[in-house]
Amino acid sequence: MATAADILTYLKEVKDPEIPVLAIEDLGVIRDIEVNDKKVHVQITPTYSGCPAMDMIEVEIKATLQEKGFEPSVELVLSPAWTTDWITPAGRAALEEYGVAAPLDESADKRALMGAAHEVRCTNCGSDNTQMVSQFGSTACKALFKCMDCHEPFDYFKCLK
Amino acid sequence: MEQKIYDYLLQLGDNSMILGHRLSELCGHGPNLETDIALTNISLDLFGQVRHYFQYAAKLGIKGKTEDDIAFLRYAHEYKNCLLVEQPNTDFAYIIVRQFFYDVYHLHLLHDLVESSDKQISAIANKSLKEVKYHSRFSSQWIKRLGDGTEESHRRAQVAVDYLQPYALELFDATPVEEELLDQGIAADLTSVKKKWLHQVEQTLKDATLTYPTNEFSHAGGKKGVHTEHLGFILSDLQYMQRAYPNMAW
Repeated sequence: MATAADILTYLKEVKDPEIPVLAIEDLGVIRDIEVNDKKVHVQITPTYSGCPAMDMIEVEIKATLQEKGFEPSVELVLSPAWTTDWITPAGRAALEEYGVAAPLDESADKRALMGAAHEVRCTNCGSDNTQMVSQFGSTACKALFKCMDCHEPFDYFKCLK
Repeated sequence: MEQKIYDYLLQLGDNSMILGHRLSELCGHGPNLETDIALTNISLDLFGQVRHYFQYAAKLGIKGKTEDDIAFLRYAHEYKNCLLVEQPNTDFAYIIVRQFFYDVYHLHLLHDLVESSDKQISAIANKSLKEVKYHSRFSSQWIKRLGDGTEESHRRAQVAVDYLQPYALELFDATPVEEELLDQGIAADLTSVKKKWLHQVEQTLKDATLTYPTNEFSHAGGKKGVHTEHLGFILSDLQYMQRAYPNMAW
């Protein structure tokens, strides 16, 4: 019989549809897995309330597990509420590699989003000479920055606590 | 009891849904790209939160109403949002002041609801609070920029504050359902929310060189289902798909 750890291994294939390099496991949205023979119950939690990726993630979890011969069910739980602290070190590295600056700690995040310079590092050249363009970016979880040295615009994954 | 919680959830959800719809109307019409994206992101957060309230309401199984029935298949008088959130997107100052008044209310309301004895309401509030902190930061910064900006932006911001403040006061008129659920430890205490709201709004306006009106009259009605003409137009847009293609699903 498969264990919860096996299921988690299978679910490594499921990526965040909006950040396709990031496995949902590394994003920290998988909260619990219960296995009862072929029946698998997965609890996930949304990053942001209105995140349109959640429906897609649910569909992909089911499809992935069905392909392995399981009968999956997925439940959305709200408590405890997701925080960016649940993004794993591997997840943070994947984000940076992809061009999205990983979330800073709460106080540095606040300074950066209030317009302070030298908080967020450019994902292209590594310079900290960056400037916030907008607190809100291409998705609910990101803010938009630009690098004043290499002039590349880039996303910053906002701290959520 | 379940009927009362159902009514309360709809009221919480209706405020955010109608404001969310107003903000969605600005998609592609914001004064600049960054503000456009910010306002529509806030809209998305609000709709996400509304879905949590309505999904919970649907779970209570009152008359078999589903999440979609609740959102799309009620008549204007069955929506219990306050009049503030249905006010139209006219001048940009109105959009920002409406948002600012609502965000500060929303922030303190959620702080209070985190302590609700209803576990699901508490969970939704805790989740939403993190997002609403960003909203209130955004609108407060704009208040300062408009108020302490040019003579023209100051003038228009003050006009919007004076016009919308009586609408904002309706947020604190407790309905019988709110009073009863407050006694049960479920609903938020609007008296304490108002106190915190007033303090923060007055301080931010002061920093923005704007003046909080002395007016204490409130334009009320929405929380009882008596709306301005604007809501009908909003619903004709919002409900179009469900009315034209009954029972459609995504």
